[in-house]
Amino acid sequence: MTTLTGLAPVLTGTVELRTSSGWLAVCATADLEPGRGVAVLLPDGAQAAVFKDSTGRLYAIGNVDPFTGAGVLCHGLLGSAGGRPYVASPLLKQRFALADGRCLDDDAAAVASYPLRVS
Amino acid sequence: MTTPTPAAFGAVDRTGRPTVVLVGHGMVGQRFLEALAEHGVTARARVVVLCEEPRPAYDRVHLTSYFSEGTSPQELSLVEDGFMARHGVELHVGDPAVAVDRDSRTVTSRSGLSISYDTLVLATGSYPFVPPVPGKDAEGCFVYRTIEDVLAIEAYAQGVTSGAVVGGGLLGLEAAGALRGLGLDTHVVEFAPRLMPVQVDDGGGAALRRSVEGLGVTVHTGVGTQEITTDDAGRVTGMALSDGSELPAGMVVFSAGVRPRDDLARACGLDVGERGGIVVDASCRTSDPAVFAIGECALAADGRVYGLVAPGNEMAETAARAIAGPDAPGAGFTGADTSTKLKLLGVDVASFGDAHGTADGALDVLYSDSRSGVYRKLVIGSDGTLLGGVLVGDVESYGVLRPLTGSVPPVAPEHLVLPAGAGAPVALGPTALPDEAVICSCHNVSKGAIRSAVADQGCAGVPEVKKCTKAGTGCGSCLKVLGQLVDAELEAGGVEVDRGLCPCFGQTRAELYEIVRTLRLTSYRDLLDRHGREDARGGEGCEVCKPAVASVLASLAPVIGASVHVLDGEQAALQDTNDHFLANMQKNGSYSVVPRIPGGEITPEKLIVIGEVARDFGLYTKITGGQRIDLFGARVEQLPLIWARLVAAGFESGHAYGKALRTVKSCVGSTWCRFGVQDSVRMAIDLELRYRGLRAPHKLKSAVSGCARECAEAQSKDFGVIATASGWNLYVGGNGGATPRHADLLAKDLSDAELVRLIDRFLMFYIRTADRLERTSVWLERIPGGLDHVRDVVVHDSLGICDELEALMAAHVAGYRDEWADTLDDPERLRRFVSFVNAPGTPDPTVRFVPERDQIRPEPLPVALTETVPV
Repeated sequence: MTTLTGLAPVLTGTVELRTSSGWLAVCATADLEPGRGVAVLLPDGAQAAVFKDSTGRLYAIGNVDPFTGAGVLCHGLLGSAGGRPYVASPLLKQRFALADGRCLDDDAAAVASYPLRVS
Repeated sequence: MTTPTPAAFGAVDRTGRPTVVLVGHGMVGQRFLEALAEHGVTARARVVVLCEEPRPAYDRVHLTSYFSEGTSPQELSLVEDGFMARHGVELHVGDPAVAVDRDSRTVTSRSGLSISYDTLVLATGSYPFVPPVPGKDAEGCFVYRTIEDVLAIEAYAQGVTSGAVVGGGLLGLEAAGALRGLGLDTHVVEFAPRLMPVQVDDGGGAALRRSVEGLGVTVHTGVGTQEITTDDAGRVTGMALSDGSELPAGMVVFSAGVRPRDDLARACGLDVGERGGIVVDASCRTSDPAVFAIGECALAADGRVYGLVAPGNEMAETAARAIAGPDAPGAGFTGADTSTKLKLLGVDVASFGDAHGTADGALDVLYSDSRSGVYRKLVIGSDGTLLGGVLVGDVESYGVLRPLTGSVPPVAPEHLVLPAGAGAPVALGPTALPDEAVICSCHNVSKGAIRSAVADQGCAGVPEVKKCTKAGTGCGSCLKVLGQLVDAELEAGGVEVDRGLCPCFGQTRAELYEIVRTLRLTSYRDLLDRHGREDARGGEGCEVCKPAVASVLASLAPVIGASVHVLDGEQAALQDTNDHFLANMQKNGSYSVVPRIPGGEITPEKLIVIGEVARDFGLYTKITGGQRIDLFGARVEQLPLIWARLVAAGFESGHAYGKALRTVKSCVGSTWCRFGVQDSVRMAIDLELRYRGLRAPHKLKSAVSGCARECAEAQSKDFGVIATASGWNLYVGGNGGATPRHADLLAKDLSDAELVRLIDRFLMFYIRTADRLERTSVWLERIPGGLDHVRDVVVHDSLGICDELEALMAAHVAGYRDEWADTLDDPERLRRFVSFVNAPGTPDPTVRFVPERDQIRPEPLPVALTETVPV
């Protein structure tokens, strides 16, 4: 059991995400497609996006695109720049680092980042 | 182009501005108006144009394209839309000047307008010379100069089977091409011992003759025309030649040269040359300082009359500068390069500089291959200077050789005539040219000016350079060299011209297409790891190349053995969101749905189903510009439910979400419309069903109009079809949007089968060679050789790839499946249509709507750039 962001790919089981109210079971690892994301509804009504990259690593950041207010980041395409994985918003294409939620195209923008574990 | 009443043209312009009157609105006249506008004269002077022909200036040089390519008179126009209005130019078409009174400075037109001028510019051009042989005025005799001449020739040719052209020069061969194009048994009669006696030498003439005869035109040289023979009704039956033979022909076209039209100048007492032409000085001023003469009607300061458009344009600019005042810089006109490069009857011919070697001590370097019809001769001075040359059959090197004229070439002359591979070193590129070398002779743009446009004025590509310098906007023969120069300059300027698709791939989309095609790669991962940039291999890729490669894989799926469905396996992760959910994401994260309505034809029952679905799911409903219905506001989990209803009613995906064929619009056509000449709806449906689902570098739009009224707006589409009495005309490369572009005619009067075959080839060639997100309009402007090259490839199969292109399209058509029907049948694919993986039944709370005009619209969403979550 581990709580690293960029969770190593060897584990199978249930993906859990840590929120302010504790660990939340999200889905089975098999539910995630490499290179894409899914949205998660959090107990407080907020949304997270959980991704699996092409190597099988897992990441979770906020799902609501700060530039448009729409819950769409889970639908963005993954990429990597300088070895750092990111998701590009499907609406206006700003990129957000999967490791920490920071926007790579606008220093003033960021989304939350969530620790993950597989149990 | 309204013609005010004569009263409005009294002797005095009420504004008190000086008046410039231009007599003649041909190619040179229009260039003059543009130059006046560039120098700001149109802003401070009244400019009035009297034009004899019933239409504004058009491209006379490409008159033959009316026959060979079906170019319409409108397409030949040289006047940009709104030009006259924007610059306040008063244009009177069909109303030639008939008299000039230089004392009162007044011009009178045929309709009786009397216009006072401060400055008069004569651009009356020339008239065709008709030798004084008996019968020259018989019914069936024509000249070849104007669009009206061309229309008359076309009409008369319907009733005859053969035609003869008097004159084997440049215009004569153009006319012969026109008669060939009309399907006549065509003869050319030239008095000189060879074709194009002015431009080419005996060797070049012989090569040209072989090629021309190979095209089915009979050439008679060294014989004169003695008489035009006629029947009892006075109609042409043929010609009697000077060697005593008779040449039967149903019509005769005189194309034996032109003479300057100086009658108006003579009548008002201006000096004219002994053999015609209005005498002008280096500023193009006539013997009356208030009167200028430009173009083919002028006898230039060097004592010559120039019958080519490039020197005419130069004169136009010279005169405009002189009128603009002493502040306008620039040299006078004292003579011009008469180099020419053209395609006559499909044969390339070029001559430049001292083509005949008339200079003292001039020597020839010659290469001739009668088998391939290639002839190249360079004239070299005793000091090694390139003086001129003649090229027939292969004029590839013209773009470099002409600007080198007058200098010592950097490589031995024999290497400049030998074909590549026969001892010639690497072809001499345009970078070897000096800065003074004129690249675009139509607009007199030097290599230095092009380099400066890139280096100093920030032009980043050929389209910008064309706009900035006008280079390449005349005859277009310099476009290839222009492209090479622009690239070289960009690279030299430190602007690294990285044509790579994205940070992951150094290749262009077209190059990746070739890699995928030839290596039969079926996976993005393989492509990235084997052909990506070093530092991108093994990485995640990016949002640019993933969908681009997915599109290439989809286009080539049938031949490389990849899955046809865009949502299968690894491909699913490559698709943009829209392709991933087979719907269009809108600003609040909801989706819109567009069912395919082929040709815009829909039954009432299907229309009702769309209405019911929209009502039941509460969707905002709008009719699109492409004759379809767009349903907005669907949540991701609603998409399969909506489509289950639509598919059950017989609808298919409309691919509004894909870089794919969108719509084929149509007008109602001959089935209902009293004007329609073909069944445009049926054709639109056939085309839409044939190309549905085809993935391309960008979206594809099409339309079919049932007659020339063009109600379907086909000329603004990527491929547009317009019905004619005898078939279909195919237009390509049109676009609306931010940079509208009228489509170019690719081919005309096609049968149904010919049309479909040509579109198959065109689309597949576009898919193969276009850049990512490059619409056909931009692609057509960018690719070397432009429309001509595309026509060579898809009509004449110059690359020998048409079989392959057709096979690809056949495989696409055979492999098409409706993506939505397939998705509904596949529980695996359906799993992704949920808003939340941990709450499949819960809709996304950020997708909210408010009412507006009895429908919904997205509620404005709160936007905050940072989000803090206690962790």
